[in-house]
Amino acid sequence: MRAPRILRTLAFRIVAVYLAIFAISAAAIVGFTYWNTARALNAQTDQIVDSDIFGLAERYQRFGLAGLTTTIVNRSAHGEATLYLLADSDKRPIVGNLDSWPNLSELGGNFVEFDYEKRVGGRTEERRARGRQFTLTGGFLLLVARDIAERYETEKLFTTTLPWSVLLMMLLGLFGGILISRNFLARLDVINRTSREIMAGDLSRRLPLKRGGDELDTLALNLNRMLERTERLMRGMREVTDSIAHDLRTPLNRLRNRLEGVLHTMDPQSAPGAEIEAAVEETDRLIGTFNALLLIAEAEAGVAREAMEQLDLRRIVDGVAELYAPLADEKEIILFIPPSGSAIVACNQSLVSQALANLLDNAIKYTPPGGRVTISLDHTPGGVALQVADSGPGIPAEDRARVLERFVRLEASRHSPGTGLGLSLVAAVARLHDAKLDLGDNRPGLKATLLFPAVTRRTPAIPQITAQKMAVRS
Amino acid sequence: MRILVIEDDPEAQRYLVNGLKEAGHVVDDAADGDTGLTLALSRQYDLAIVDRMLPGLDGLKLVGEIREHGNSMPVLFLSALSEIDERVKGLKAGGDDYLTKPYAFAELLARIEALMRRRHPASVKTQLQVGDLELDLLTRTAKRNGSAIDLQPREFRLLEYLMRHAGQVVTRTMLLESVWEYHFDPQTNVIDVHISRLRAKIDKGFEAPLLHTVRGAGYMIRARA
Repeated sequence: MRAPRILRTLAFRIVAVYLAIFAISAAAIVGFTYWNTARALNAQTDQIVDSDIFGLAERYQRFGLAGLTTTIVNRSAHGEATLYLLADSDKRPIVGNLDSWPNLSELGGNFVEFDYEKRVGGRTEERRARGRQFTLTGGFLLLVARDIAERYETEKLFTTTLPWSVLLMMLLGLFGGILISRNFLARLDVINRTSREIMAGDLSRRLPLKRGGDELDTLALNLNRMLERTERLMRGMREVTDSIAHDLRTPLNRLRNRLEGVLHTMDPQSAPGAEIEAAVEETDRLIGTFNALLLIAEAEAGVAREAMEQLDLRRIVDGVAELYAPLADEKEIILFIPPSGSAIVACNQSLVSQALANLLDNAIKYTPPGGRVTISLDHTPGGVALQVADSGPGIPAEDRARVLERFVRLEASRHSPGTGLGLSLVAAVARLHDAKLDLGDNRPGLKATLLFPAVTRRTPAIPQITAQKMAVRS
Repeated sequence: MRILVIEDDPEAQRYLVNGLKEAGHVVDDAADGDTGLTLALSRQYDLAIVDRMLPGLDGLKLVGEIREHGNSMPVLFLSALSEIDERVKGLKAGGDDYLTKPYAFAELLARIEALMRRRHPASVKTQLQVGDLELDLLTRTAKRNGSAIDLQPREFRLLEYLMRHAGQVVTRTMLLESVWEYHFDPQTNVIDVHISRLRAKIDKGFEAPLLHTVRGAGYMIRARA
């Protein structure tokens, strides 16, 4: 299963990474502050305790155990926050404001934290304290500490809430990230959708701009400039194509007509007559090559996209097959067309018919008498597959890409008629229709497949031009 | 027949005018769209041959103007622009036929004749006859010398087209466009194969052939004069 689309977006991933870094840094800063504050507070407590101890030590030196005891009693009576306890070597309390000797892990002179019980009103409550203990001469034990319960509670509160706050922050950030991504995605979607529509043929369209002038607007603006350039280039190319058509075909036309004019005044049986007739034929071939080149150029420029309509390939196949059937028949080739349902694709009828005619013409030309040519139409997961398969010699795998180039003719076919542009045109028509042209092995023979993309609902409506309207009525 | 030629290329115009005059037509010519429009609206013509790209008023607009003035004479477009969408534009603008340069003159003459026939249709025929070949358009049957000929639907349409233009040259392109409704180059001359099959059905075993090949132009069906 794929992750939901929102999780795969760039905006979301950026937000997620940012959030992770932010959470880690925030936790680190708060953690450091906490540690530093705790250390300072401890140092303060320790200093108070130490000065207390210093006072008690002085008393002890001057007045002995009795003096110490009196001082402890006095001090215990005043301060609530400072805890004193003098005990004998068996930890039995002698004097102080602690009821019993607490359970201490450390027996040396270092500071330790421990829990003790304190009576508040009628109840006893467990509280936290921090202090030092000493062993006096005679085996007596002295403990001086300060109550740090409040600070301890705050600390505990802090350590338990920190993970939750980070989690909450992450959740809020996630929510924000989704919001930002959706907003961002909506605008990118507009750009993507418009680009697709433009690629489908309408080069005059432009991406919408917002007034903000942010990065996405800059992107759209740049794309629009690129489109303008492309449109200008396409227009230029079209103008060049048109003027080549006009300027070169017109003299060719004249040449042909003059030759034909001369031919009419001559005896076609005479040697010069036959020469002129051959020259007319040669001119016709030249014109044919020229027309094929122009057609390829036009198909490649995408000019013919304007003349696309939703058509049934079935009808095109049947029509072209019917046209070529007698040709196959004459060569004793079986033209096999497996039955199939309709297959609607967006196409230019004239160009697809021409492409199919080129494939079929090749197939019949190269298949030996008694062979078989199959034209099939199949619905595949990748779209509609139009396939022409023959039982001729085929094309060696290493030459298959090459034969789609212009004017390439393989050694084997050099002596049969043709311009060397047939398959190039098929390839150009395929590109125009976003179709895939594949030349494969039919064992034996060539298997040429045109895979048309299935018609989607998003394809913009194309004006319906029926074959009847295009035809010259007679 | 009075024909108006509107063509800006002097050489092409000279060739066109001379050829048409030789074929027995009366020809007026104009070298730009505006002059052409004035002529077309001020005189009576049976047909106009209009170049698609003209200085001044463009060919498409010119024909649009002619049609707007209620003039319905047949118009044949000549164009060096390629076929793909230009043909559709030309026919939409009000043209009756569209011929791409370079063209063979025989092709042009054959098309002019076809356009003229369309302009003056004889009474609606249900029977076509050339010599002893008869075609019944209602029962879709063909007979020669009284015996029935078995024809495929497409062969019937091919023969019908040829017989409607009996005594007139019909080019391969015209057949491809009219009988098959295709506007593309069929590489090999597939039309020839269809014709030879038709010929085998209608002429085989008869002394006088009806279906003739016209060198460098196309085909013609005609009974011996």
